Amino acid sequence: MSTTGANSPRDAGNWAKPVAALHVEGVPAGARNLVEGKRLVGPLQGFGKMWQKTYRARLEGAELAPAEVIREWKHNFPRFWPEGNAFYPPLTGIAPGEIALIEASVAGGLRLSTGVMVMYADEESFTLMTPQGHPLAGWVTFSATMTDRVTTAQAQVLMRAQDPLSELGLSLGGHGQEDRFWQQTLSNLAAHLGAETVVETQVTCVDRKRQWSKAGNVRHSSALRFPVAARNPRHTSR
Amino acid sequence: MPETTVSLEVRDAGGGACIVGVRGEITAASEDALMDAYARAGGEDVKAIVLDFSELGYMNSGGIGLLVTLLVRANRAKQKLLAFGLNEHYRQIFELTRLDEAIAIHASEADAVAAAH
Repeated sequence: MSTTGANSPRDAGNWAKPVAALHVEGVPAGARNLVEGKRLVGPLQGFGKMWQKTYRARLEGAELAPAEVIREWKHNFPRFWPEGNAFYPPLTGIAPGEIALIEASVAGGLRLSTGVMVMYADEESFTLMTPQGHPLAGWVTFSATMTDRVTTAQAQVLMRAQDPLSELGLSLGGHGQEDRFWQQTLSNLAAHLGAETVVETQVTCVDRKRQWSKAGNVRHSSALRFPVAARNPRHTSR
Repeated sequence: MPETTVSLEVRDAGGGACIVGVRGEITAASEDALMDAYARAGGEDVKAIVLDFSELGYMNSGGIGLLVTLLVRANRAKQKLLAFGLNEHYRQIFELTRLDEAIAIHASEADAVAAAH
């Protein structure tokens, strides 16, 4: 971002600029751009209960500083996703304001075409924010910290289901699927870094209230589709 | 993430509003300090919490998440959450994350306190 200068806050270069609508430059082969023109949505704009889910992996034996772990994580982000899900990273890598497209498996054999924008990135963390049409409204922060000379990698989700259908999906197995997704991602990261780990999971319901005023978000939820035999998205990196 | 250093000053603005002055950094590591300040500010008679960000020096995405949590708590207690003192950079972050749709941003302490009443 361009907010720099002698009086700029220290975090000025870490944040994306606000955008009225997403625009993707160049859609990679295998991806579908269903985020074009969509707005970003935070946890305040979603429908369902608000959850904070934290997945932590102590990287025993990796002997890497937090910044080194995050560098590897950013650079190889798609490789760590569970099989059957594809993350198409931005051409310029994970940097503030960049957009990544996603083809993911969801419950019931459906596939989801969506994307995320990099909302924040520094040397030891980065955050991806969801757009309209994604089942979840909110963001995921990936970070690494060191305690007792061991680095811990963490993924922390702060989100609501974006609409009533997604809320139903979460209660019918979606939560478990999401937990397994991030647990597997952290396990894959740990294995890539040569570490042994057990992923700890902590789930907190931040707000039990459903926001019925946001039930109309369902009109954006057109990204679900049945699998197409000719296409079998796999882990993707550029 | 850098180590966080924040100090939070709580003062009564009268008329059921309380100001929480934020000095330093807001990150996920600020949670205990921020929630403690909210507890000191948020008595039963308090109808509005006004966040003073004029001395905010750093905020990362963990800090924004913390403000979401604070907003949920304030809403649960039927308290308004307002803010002032945000520079252009932090205003843009509120706009990006759409916190500005739920936390009313004002140009000055006087404006924020007036809106709180």
